[in-house]
Amino acid sequence: MKLVKFTKKGIYCIPGKFYLDPWLPVDYAIISHGHADHARNGMKYYLCQTDSKAILKHRLGADIHIESLNYNEPKMINGVQVSFFPAGHVIGSAQIRLEYKGFVVVFTGDYKVKNDYLTVPFEPVKCHEFITESTFGLPIYNWLPEAQLQQQMQDWVIKNQSHNRTSVFLGYSLGKAQRIMKMMEHVDQIYVHSAIHNLNTAIEGSGISLPKTELLTYDFKKEDLQNKIVIMPPGLLGSKLLKKIPNAATAICSGWMQIRGNRRWQAVDAGFAVSDHADWNGLLSAVKATEAEKVYVTHGSQATFSKYLNEIGIPSAEVKTEYGTEEEEKEVVTDKNVSS
Amino acid sequence: MKHFSDLISAIEITNKTNAKIDALVDYLNIAPNKDKLWLITLFTGKRPPRPVKTTLMRQWCMEITGYPEWLFLESYSSVGDLGETIALMLPDPTHHIEKSLSDWMTELLALKPKSDADKKEYVRHAWSGLEMQERLIFNKLIGGSFRIGVSKKTLVNALSKYSGIDANQLMHSIIGNWDINSISFEDLLHGEHINYDNSKPYPFCLAYALEKELPELGTPDAWQVEYKWDGIRGQIVKRNGEIFIWSRGEELVTSQFPELVASMESLKEDFVIDGEILALKDNAVLLFNDLQKRLNRKNVSKKMLEEIPVGFYGYDVLEWNGEDVRSEPLSYRRQLLEELLTSELKHDNVVISEIIEFQEWNELDAIRNSAREFNSEGLMLKQKNSPYHTGRKKGDWWKWKVDPLTIDAVMIYAQKGSGRRSSKYTDYTFAVKKDDGLVTVAKAYSGLTDIEITEISRFVNKNAIEKFGPVRTVKPELVFEIAFEGIALSNRHKSGVALRFPRIVRWRRDKTVAEIDTIEQVKLLITNPN
Repeated sequence: MKLVKFTKKGIYCIPGKFYLDPWLPVDYAIISHGHADHARNGMKYYLCQTDSKAILKHRLGADIHIESLNYNEPKMINGVQVSFFPAGHVIGSAQIRLEYKGFVVVFTGDYKVKNDYLTVPFEPVKCHEFITESTFGLPIYNWLPEAQLQQQMQDWVIKNQSHNRTSVFLGYSLGKAQRIMKMMEHVDQIYVHSAIHNLNTAIEGSGISLPKTELLTYDFKKEDLQNKIVIMPPGLLGSKLLKKIPNAATAICSGWMQIRGNRRWQAVDAGFAVSDHADWNGLLSAVKATEAEKVYVTHGSQATFSKYLNEIGIPSAEVKTEYGTEEEEKEVVTDKNVSS
Repeated sequence: MKHFSDLISAIEITNKTNAKIDALVDYLNIAPNKDKLWLITLFTGKRPPRPVKTTLMRQWCMEITGYPEWLFLESYSSVGDLGETIALMLPDPTHHIEKSLSDWMTELLALKPKSDADKKEYVRHAWSGLEMQERLIFNKLIGGSFRIGVSKKTLVNALSKYSGIDANQLMHSIIGNWDINSISFEDLLHGEHINYDNSKPYPFCLAYALEKELPELGTPDAWQVEYKWDGIRGQIVKRNGEIFIWSRGEELVTSQFPELVASMESLKEDFVIDGEILALKDNAVLLFNDLQKRLNRKNVSKKMLEEIPVGFYGYDVLEWNGEDVRSEPLSYRRQLLEELLTSELKHDNVVISEIIEFQEWNELDAIRNSAREFNSEGLMLKQKNSPYHTGRKKGDWWKWKVDPLTIDAVMIYAQKGSGRRSSKYTDYTFAVKKDDGLVTVAKAYSGLTDIEITEISRFVNKNAIEKFGPVRTVKPELVFEIAFEGIALSNRHKSGVALRFPRIVRWRRDKTVAEIDTIEQVKLLITNPN
């Protein structure tokens, strides 16, 4: 059965007459999560998970027509049953499950299998067809357990403090920033850039509690920041604001930091492989748990991952989409949107 | 191995030499002396022979993980480093091994003669007992370099900062003959095994690029003009029968050029001379590319010595039979040099740099423009009464290089770099127009900013035609100005020409692929330089 097709505007549900994370304007868009390459401007109607609603309004405008559903709360659209399941990627991120005449398709958007103790953990959903991302679809990407990663990052902050240095983490405003806040909670005072602060306010507005932070204003007092923790979007690497922070030690937080060459490419003091995407084993376990007959692989290492799935006996094909092929690009674009 | 692992992490993250030196000093302050000796051994290319072949390590990694070879290679091309690829792919450790650097090295030395089965058991056991970063270090200890930008000079500067001992003396000490099992760290640092008085070099005198019109220099006969050569600036020190060759980077490179040492041995005098190390065959200077093949080899093979013989063009005399003559005028030092290299020496691989005869300044233009024909890169102008300065001083010495040749070409292939550059597409292949299509003319990297490289990498990701393997074929769209030092007809190249030292001058965002040069235009440069 053909329930979805891949079109120039996005992933289209044929009987439902709606799109999943479309990249061109359409009448009805179901959105997996609030990142800029998945939630775009110009749709007549939006449907998203409850916790994503405030984020979408914050990013796309308060006047958008938007409706939301809780996880596992079905809605019928033109005979197709639509429901959201936790994707564990960022707050409010959802896998979109479509069921029509007993045939089930699941689209992951972006997802992370590992629990970050902040977002609702990923939940595997059985389906006939599974449309999965593949950002880190190579066996060299295997993340450390959260506690071990947190320990490394905390040790780094403490080492910086012993040299009277301020620890600056660079991480994407939606997702990474909140996760770093969670990891640094109770370590020391946390200052966040306004792009992150505004998003935090929107998230807290929908009843989710986040670790306590201070807004980093442009006229901060140097002595206030000494030895503290600062979080800002990656686009600000090399910015005047960052240069103004006295004796700053900077660290990029991104899955790409797993590779030495990537850590060394940027002139920073550290790189931590903190990712909101599934690692290699995460992708494989997610695919296997769906028991899908056919797996479509979108953005990332789609050629490699889909070839490997075919070799281990899971029929798979790669799909070209407009979702970010590189996390960093996505970050730059979104931060421009936020600051404008 | 924790301290050593921390040291590597600290060094690899920074591109600032001072930060690397500080990390090395921190390590020297806490590490056991035996480990420090190993550090010096590993960072000076004195590493023992590789005990386990890379092909075996690859094979064992695939056996453990069960991944097919194509997936291993795809991962390798993404990481750009074999030891790291293996370290990243292996499953989590099942136990933990803690050993010092010297213990690991001793065990690896003992592993060399063992059977493949024994090696496999040892390596697999180590892999399953080490964390990712430690596994990476372990793989690096087995073979391959660390590729973290620590030169001998950086190491020596760190040792000097740690111990307070003169850096050049330390350079001689660590390069000198010593055996890790029979010398203490303290004795090595203090140079108990060497006589530094015999090797001590002088700082090089360096020239600025000419920044005025020739007549402004005064009368022509106050100047000595020579060709400028593009090799390795070197200082040959001969004292008490010992010969040392120092490079301008203050590294001792004596063992790389045995033929120079042999030629010098016949001389009776003691001296220190300055000059250029060049690939020299049948009295003609070869390209720097050729010389490069001779550099940084542990052993220079007989074949290499025959294929690319090395010679020395003498420029100046700094010390003469124990006496420092640097403050004497150039004209006097030149006499000493002539005495040494033209009357006394009978080897045609060590020759004196020729003085160019001229009467009027305007004669030099044509001479400079023809310099490229015999692989010289321009002229050197030196005041005849100048002393041999320490470092770079303006006024007495000028370099006057030939202008590079340039063409506009389009990028057609891109490849990821290695080391620090392994995450980006940094190596490009360029083409010019030929008939209705394109033909490859040059491969080049560098010359672009990190921001431009990031932007180009994004273009490559979006416009790649073939996705497997390390090389991406891209849509011919980005135009670059390519400069090079020389051009010659070549049968070995599809385009029919070979460019010397091609490099990217700038990204021509203002030009489209329709505006690039044709191969005919490129060939015109052969007969009409500039």
